[in-house]
Amino acid sequence: MRDTILVGCGAGFSGDRTDAALPVVKTLIRRSGPAALIFENLGERTLAQQQLSKRNNSKMGYEPLMELELRPILADCLANGITIVGNFGAANPTAAGQRILEMAQELGLPRPKVAIVSGDDLSDGHGKELIAQHLGEQFDQARFVCANAYQGAHEIAAAIAAGAQIVVTGRVSDPSLTLGPVIAHYGWSIDDWDLLAGASMAGHLLECGAQVTGGYFADPGKKNVSGMENIGFPIAEIFADGTCLISKADNSGGLVDVRTVKEQLLYEVHDPSAYITPDVVADISDAEVAELEPNVVRLSGVKGHPRTDTLKANVFFDGGWLGEGEISYAGPNARARAELALQTLKKRLGMLHGLELRCDLIGVCSVFNDDANRMLDSIAIGEPTDVRARVAAQHLELEPIEALLREVTALWTCGPAAGGGVRVNKRQRLSTTSCLLKREYLPATFEFL
Amino acid sequence: MMSDVTLYELAHARTGDKGNRINISVIAFEPADYPKLVEALTEERVAAHFASRRPSAVKRYLLPKLHAMNFVMDDVLDGGVNDSLNLDMHGKSLSFHFLSMKI
Repeated sequence: MRDTILVGCGAGFSGDRTDAALPVVKTLIRRSGPAALIFENLGERTLAQQQLSKRNNSKMGYEPLMELELRPILADCLANGITIVGNFGAANPTAAGQRILEMAQELGLPRPKVAIVSGDDLSDGHGKELIAQHLGEQFDQARFVCANAYQGAHEIAAAIAAGAQIVVTGRVSDPSLTLGPVIAHYGWSIDDWDLLAGASMAGHLLECGAQVTGGYFADPGKKNVSGMENIGFPIAEIFADGTCLISKADNSGGLVDVRTVKEQLLYEVHDPSAYITPDVVADISDAEVAELEPNVVRLSGVKGHPRTDTLKANVFFDGGWLGEGEISYAGPNARARAELALQTLKKRLGMLHGLELRCDLIGVCSVFNDDANRMLDSIAIGEPTDVRARVAAQHLELEPIEALLREVTALWTCGPAAGGGVRVNKRQRLSTTSCLLKREYLPATFEFL
Repeated sequence: MMSDVTLYELAHARTGDKGNRINISVIAFEPADYPKLVEALTEERVAAHFASRRPSAVKRYLLPKLHAMNFVMDDVLDGGVNDSLNLDMHGKSLSFHFLSMKI
């Protein structure tokens, strides 16, 4: 047996393709040897949304797609010793773990050893007190929704070392999902900084799924990628020296080359000499990437520095409501009619409800634009023949937002001429802040179900 | 020196976001072009290119072994993913605004 471990990625966010994991698992089986499969399902927003969902129903609050993700691969993973590690536990890892046990039974599989990692949730009791103390006057008791700290890899590793076949977590840092099984495999110590950093950056490359295998990279004519409808998700082979090879599922579309790996290596990185995770401070200043063969890229040269004595926590408050509405104008003078629609909405909503609107002309200037329309106001663009006017606003109360939706709808008959395709939408907003808390106050633990 | 060449011809880029802070990586297609890009893409010029988004700070990091630069910009997302009214609340499209820069 080679002294390496393969880690494949089955999902890179909440809402990823649910048929991506099976080709990864088939490839892991074919390549043989120690292997793990990770599912990364939590964004900054998704966890808070699951906390709200758990409040409404104590059996909910985990990743809604978890069952669709696991059902196709559960039998293969259990039969071939592929450890599954996922943060699909979200706000309710215990409920997620129980659902996995039920699924295994429904599929006629032997009862798997499922471990739950906890210690991240600071929404109640002691955790909430810590947050309130830390934020002081910034802490708004009435609007507080939840808080979660980013936990690390060592409890995941301990659970696997104790025999876990599936590890369900809530908030852990994304690279820790990969680092956990790697620590368990090599038995690395808490201060093997260079090794921990190397494997963490392997995890960083894996954690967004197809972002490293050509998907989010593709730009036709400039950065061509074939097989977009069948992109292979990534696999890292991680060595005992902390270096790794990035590849992807066999017989799949997509692309792994030095360009795709560089883009993902720097994704969400600030200071490249200090990429902070709960486990290590990784330094990619001198990192190198090299293509060894088609769709196989080596990452080396990552260094590590001692971990910080704090953990980051995200804190969410009820931010009221966001409402948005859109309507299309096309043909001669389309832009002027769309602008007239926006002016009309601004006047009526400003007059009646004191709402400040964000306005976009989709097809002229929208996503590059800012709330104050500085870019839209400054660009001269040829006369477009297909424009969609969009307005958005936020308010702590629901009623002004309902009024916004009504006013956009009223453009059906109140004009300007030939507006069509009204769509309106509202949703609850969450405001967020983050803070750093001493890690000794936030011990993580694991338990078997 | 300004020219008619856009950054898009010479480099690729990706945005990442954390709160109200984004990073945009800029990576030279050809290693030979990297010194020229380092000279052209100063923090001041990049801040000017993003002026309509009012960055409160622009910081550049060099990664010569990757022929890449990493730009970190503060307060350009109108509040960040949970607060923004922008359709693109993450600022993901802003990497292509960067690539439209003349160099």
